[in-house]
Amino acid sequence: MLSETILEMKDISKSFPGVKALDNVGFKLRKGEIHALMGENGAGKSTLIKVITGVYEKDSGFITLQGEPIHFKTPKEAQNKGIGTVYQEIMLCPNLTVAENMFIGRSHTPIVNWKQMNEKAAQLLKSLGIPASPIQELASCSLAVQQMIAIARAVDMDCKILILDEPTSSLDEDEVHKLFDLMRELKTRGVGIIFITHFLKQVYEISDRITVLRNGKFVGEYETSSFPQIELISKMLGNELEDITKIKKYEPIVSDTTIPVYEGIGLSSAAGVKPFDFSIQKGEVNGFAGLLGSGRSESVRAIFAADKVTGGGVRMKGKRVKIKTPLQAIRQGIGYLPEDRKDDGIIYDLSVRDNIILTLQVLKGFFKPFSLKQAEAFAKEYIEKLNIKTPTSNTPIKSLSGGNQQKVILARWLLTNPEYLILDEPTRGIDVGTKVEIQKLVIKLANNGMSLTFISSEIDEMLRTCSRLIVMKDREIVAELRGTELTEHDVMNVIAQGGKTI
Amino acid sequence: MTTVNVIKPKARLSNSNILFLIAAVIFVLMYIFAIITFPASFMQFQTFFDLFNLNAPLIIMTLGLSIVMIGGGIDISVGSVCGLVTMACAVYLEHKMGSIGGAILIALGIGIVFGILQGYLIAYLEIQPFIITLSGLFLAQGLLTTLHKDPINVTMPAFVNLRDFDIVIAWLGAKNRLGVFIPCEIKPGTIIVVILLVILASLMKWSRFGRNVYAVGGNSNSAMMLGINVKRTVFITYVMSGLTAGIAGFVYIMTTGAGNVGNASGAEMKAIASAIIGGTLLNGGVGNLLGAPIGTLTLLVINELIRAAGVQSNFQAMVSGLMLYFFIVLQSLIMSLRDRTRIRFTLPPWLRLSEKAKSGNHRET
Ligand SMILES: Nc1ncnc2c1ncn2[C@@H]1O[C@H](COP(=O)(O)OP(=O)(O)O)[C@@H](O)[C@H]1O
Ligand SMILES: [Mg+2]
Repeated sequence: MLSETILEMKDISKSFPGVKALDNVGFKLRKGEIHALMGENGAGKSTLIKVITGVYEKDSGFITLQGEPIHFKTPKEAQNKGIGTVYQEIMLCPNLTVAENMFIGRSHTPIVNWKQMNEKAAQLLKSLGIPASPIQELASCSLAVQQMIAIARAVDMDCKILILDEPTSSLDEDEVHKLFDLMRELKTRGVGIIFITHFLKQVYEISDRITVLRNGKFVGEYETSSFPQIELISKMLGNELEDITKIKKYEPIVSDTTIPVYEGIGLSSAAGVKPFDFSIQKGEVNGFAGLLGSGRSESVRAIFAADKVTGGGVRMKGKRVKIKTPLQAIRQGIGYLPEDRKDDGIIYDLSVRDNIILTLQVLKGFFKPFSLKQAEAFAKEYIEKLNIKTPTSNTPIKSLSGGNQQKVILARWLLTNPEYLILDEPTRGIDVGTKVEIQKLVIKLANNGMSLTFISSEIDEMLRTCSRLIVMKDREIVAELRGTELTEHDVMNVIAQGGKTI
Repeated sequence: MTTVNVIKPKARLSNSNILFLIAAVIFVLMYIFAIITFPASFMQFQTFFDLFNLNAPLIIMTLGLSIVMIGGGIDISVGSVCGLVTMACAVYLEHKMGSIGGAILIALGIGIVFGILQGYLIAYLEIQPFIITLSGLFLAQGLLTTLHKDPINVTMPAFVNLRDFDIVIAWLGAKNRLGVFIPCEIKPGTIIVVILLVILASLMKWSRFGRNVYAVGGNSNSAMMLGINVKRTVFITYVMSGLTAGIAGFVYIMTTGAGNVGNASGAEMKAIASAIIGGTLLNGGVGNLLGAPIGTLTLLVINELIRAAGVQSNFQAMVSGLMLYFFIVLQSLIMSLRDRTRIRFTLPPWLRLSEKAKSGNHRET
């Protein structure tokens, strides 16, 4: 049975200064289907969504909703026509309550009925199992809960079309399942759902159909059930795909007599990690494994003194040094790419160039600015080296895709030429292609003698790159794993059993 | 890989409420301190009422300004618009065709016209509010001096009656030195303050418009995505602050009875300070209109204290300045503690340093 088309887009084009984000893209959404929109970061998925909902004005093309041509000028119009949207960047107001965020901009009465609104919100929250109170300020909710609230808002709108732009990036497995159940239910009610994600597994679990975009162009539309994963990846990446498993790891010769590049003894921090010892050799890549909240990030933050250090001593190449602030860490040759680039790493309004030279500039001192020429030379070098996709080095970093932003931050640290570089979840929320590139880069840097810590939620990524895995549980190191034959299963076992077996 | 994610729902105080609470507590403490140190004056109810009687215009201006600030903007024209209104009313009332009703219309009219003009330029043409309202400040000042240079004492009988009108609270008062009981008096301006406070505070809490203002101040981009007409909301906030500046102007002349070039000059700075002390965050989205009078009164009590202590008057300005520093730092501190982020001064976009310099103090890691 061919169900009817509710949304059809034809020949959509949209340019931003220096980038053609969409180039004659077509897209078709049917009633009661879950349609995955796939593509690398920067492929134009979010832009396509925003063209539908009237956030951006398209340059050319046609959109029809149930056969009628539409042209939304503001998100409000789209909302009124039954299109519920959860944008990639959570678009809620942090200073309003949870209930307000679910209902604001939707009511038609001039008076706010708080009681009724809170009751309705409480019902909705309960039915979706969201652990939040309606009267709580949104800012006090975790990112995952905020994401769920944005979804709840969109779902509640009695929509014909639901658009979810990477809604699962900050959700845990349970929450993802809840979301999927909800999507399935809406599907039976005839809602057409556009679903964007980076998790291939999720695409195969939930979607009926897949449309692939690449570099702003339409690649194809496929039935999920008859579209193998490897083919999906190759469509997304074009011919950039390379078999990463063939990458050769560099195994440093480690003996007890080698002096480690970095050695911390009894380190602890205000963030609450139990005192731990950690050292790393020249050219070594190690990883920290453990569940979310096990203290992986806190440990590396203690190494970099990103949280207040409360105890312990540090040796760099055998020499005692004092590292109490991030600046001291940087001066000692340690670099740290934070987990949350949105909060900790990026200065959104600054250009790519200024973001790249930032740390080096801090080291040099702000009163001795780099000449534009020099800064440009640095920026150019790294834009090329890391294959950063940006129109110019002068483009504000906020207009780049997530993966490219991540590369910019990485470039910032590489420019300072650290001896020891810590990467905390550098591959989270970015596309497959960039993930592969970053892993390859890590190995290349190690081959050149840099020591690295590489943290990822995806254990197979760490197994591929790290020669040593430190397993954490409850803010404590419970095991250290080595060996080339480690499998994901082994690591999961150790995490689950708290290190008792090995 | 599974993740452990425990989130306990808890409804903590909103930022608006906590800042309001702090402002209220500080005010009460200060007033108690004032009563203890200068019981002769601060023990009397009349002293408390006079804070309102004499400063009603400032409180009214602060109310309107707070709305703009909650929406993430600023209006520094309020003082000059208020001054212009006093002079326009004085000139009109001294004219033989003058009437009190007409004067009220003039006051409201001038305020609204300024509000519409500035609101349009800021909301729809997206020009920096600081620049626009600074121009508004000069424009109003220029109009004021063009209108009339010398002080005008309004002598129209009906107006003089209104000026001298007091509401006497017979059961509340104090004996004077001769032992005669003097009842407390409230000026009509105080009543207007209370009425406006109730109306505007309710508007901000229970109307769709009010909540939209908070949303826009919190994150205007999100507000737009949530389906709020951001431009219209911003526009209306400026119309409201123009309107309250007009009302403040009428209350001003109703209290002093004279048009004067220096009327309400510099009041915008006091109003901004009052709003901040009252718990309105300079970068928008946070504030409570009930805090506006509390902020004004706190500022006034401090000045009264300094005067009562017999310190030179230039100290008043200095102490007001220090107070402001104190509150801005305190607020930034509380916000960063609550959000467990690094301390970041809560400044609106129109007050930030240039982009380059910003990166410097923003991030040293
Ligand atoms: N507001 C904007 N200004 C300039 N360029 C933009 C803007 N939004 C997106 N782009 C550019 O358009 C391209 C597509 O981005 P986007 O739609 O966000 O990709 P995706 O969602 O598929 O990761 C990217 O190259 C990005 O840099
Ligand atoms: Mg996107």
